[in-house]
Amino acid sequence: MIPENDEPIVRFENIGLRYGLGREVLKDVSFALAPGSFHFLVGESGAGKSSLLKLIYLALRPTRGKISLFGHEIASTPRDDLSALRRQIGVVFQEFKLLNHLSAFDNVALPMRVARAKRKDVDRHVTELLAWVGLKDHMQARPPTLSGGQQQRVAIARAVISRPSLLLADEPTGNVDDQMGLRLIHLFEELNRLGTSVIIATHSEQLVERLGYSQLQLTDGRLAIIPGRAEAASAVAASAETAAEAEEIQNQHPDSRRVIAGEEDLYENASGVESYL
Amino acid sequence: MILTGRSDLPLDKDEHSRFLPWLIAFMVFLSILAVAGMLVLNATASRWDVGVRGNLTVQIVPTDDVAADEARLNEVLTVLATAPEVARYDALDEMRLIRLLEPWVGPSIEKGDLPLPRLINVELKQATSFTAGGLGARLSERVKGVAIDDHRVWLDRLVRMIETFEALALVVLLFITMATVGTVVFTTRTGLAIHREAIEVLHLIGAHDDYIARQFASRALGLGIRGGLLGLVLALPTLWMLAHLAASLDERLLPDIGFGPWHWALLLAMPVTVAFIAMTTAKVTVLRNLARML
Repeated sequence: MIPENDEPIVRFENIGLRYGLGREVLKDVSFALAPGSFHFLVGESGAGKSSLLKLIYLALRPTRGKISLFGHEIASTPRDDLSALRRQIGVVFQEFKLLNHLSAFDNVALPMRVARAKRKDVDRHVTELLAWVGLKDHMQARPPTLSGGQQQRVAIARAVISRPSLLLADEPTGNVDDQMGLRLIHLFEELNRLGTSVIIATHSEQLVERLGYSQLQLTDGRLAIIPGRAEAASAVAASAETAAEAEEIQNQHPDSRRVIAGEEDLYENASGVESYL
Repeated sequence: MILTGRSDLPLDKDEHSRFLPWLIAFMVFLSILAVAGMLVLNATASRWDVGVRGNLTVQIVPTDDVAADEARLNEVLTVLATAPEVARYDALDEMRLIRLLEPWVGPSIEKGDLPLPRLINVELKQATSFTAGGLGARLSERVKGVAIDDHRVWLDRLVRMIETFEALALVVLLFITMATVGTVVFTTRTGLAIHREAIEVLHLIGAHDDYIARQFASRALGLGIRGGLLGLVLALPTLWMLAHLAASLDERLLPDIGFGPWHWALLLAMPVTVAFIAMTTAKVTVLRNLARML
């Protein structure tokens, strides 16, 4: 189920969502995300971020409106085919949702096993990825014996292990120190460079500001899209009379240059990723 | 999943399913007894049937004219001698008849005291597709006052009784199956409720319903096999004891019925069948429940 060319990977049309008879949590949300895009999902607590993610990873149905994933309209997709769509989505749940009776290794291996991957491949990829997120010595540990940050890394490893087309993360850096947070973000960026579309829900303004990607901003259930610095710069560049003007804009936002130019040194730590990906 | 011994759900640690093997053992125990009973009854009925089917009794109703009766007897014997389906026949003489009657009328009667019918025991050839009616019609055409008794009425009653018992055993089997299915459904639903969160995670990372259902099914199969074997181990000595008890009670009514290999195979198949019922039930229950998820 590979999306056709230029087909948005996620498309929401006038989505409304309410739980039971309560107030509407999401109101007339419409957007389309291109394959390979990177977005932050921002908004205050209770603005509907988690609900929006749940709609995308097919844990909820909207009260109204139309959702399409990878070119498939969800309402008209047979239930049996939904699991194939879910397998293309990696999710880092806010509360991790690790299976406490399974080891870290088995938790990370789950998506591959569910997709009936070969045992040899499962062993190799899971070992490499766990080593990369710094849990080499905790492969056989059960989640309850791990710290919050370690559990979060297991959850992230599980979300990316089968190299999903779409990665959703709900506050993925909330429980880790800055250095590990950055390392994880680099992992997401690396995946994004390899073609995975990424949506990260976060409260960290610092993170959003620093990386400068586009934002899906939720305010009281309504969505606004704030273009990232790269898009803003290229949009301006396209309309600018000369390339010099664009250069000037980029110089005013030095961080954006990294995004545009893709400076390799920032991915230093991520160098091991490609081998398992 | 059975081969690797690996399961994503910790079903083997569930307390609530611990009693399932014992319950299944009890069910298998009962069903083996019911099936064994059915087999014994069935064998008895067919033995009676075979024992009686080839035989019939021709009766010549007596009149006052002894000489005429004798002539009718000879006439009947002539017909029997030429009938193609008759293998052997034997006319009982009057003294044997009187001896047969002794227990009821006492030893003091003599030949001629009572109007006695003449009886001829007829044994038919095994292979003929004979009906008692055909020979009877030919006889009564030739000779007046002839009655034919092929023991059908007597046999039919016994067979009907046996069939009633067999039907009863089938009803018992049906109830056992229903109880097993009900228990497995209940156990599986409890398991689904206990592991709801883990199942949700499996579901969200793209596990097909079959993948989840298989884990419950293999668990139910394992428990079913364990319980089935336990039931078999309990049932076989019981069966042996009952067989000996029955044999010592009345050997003439219940001839010693040895179970053939097919009968043993059927009894041994019971635990396997129950285990498969448990497995299928668990699978269907899980699939139905999961179908309610998005």
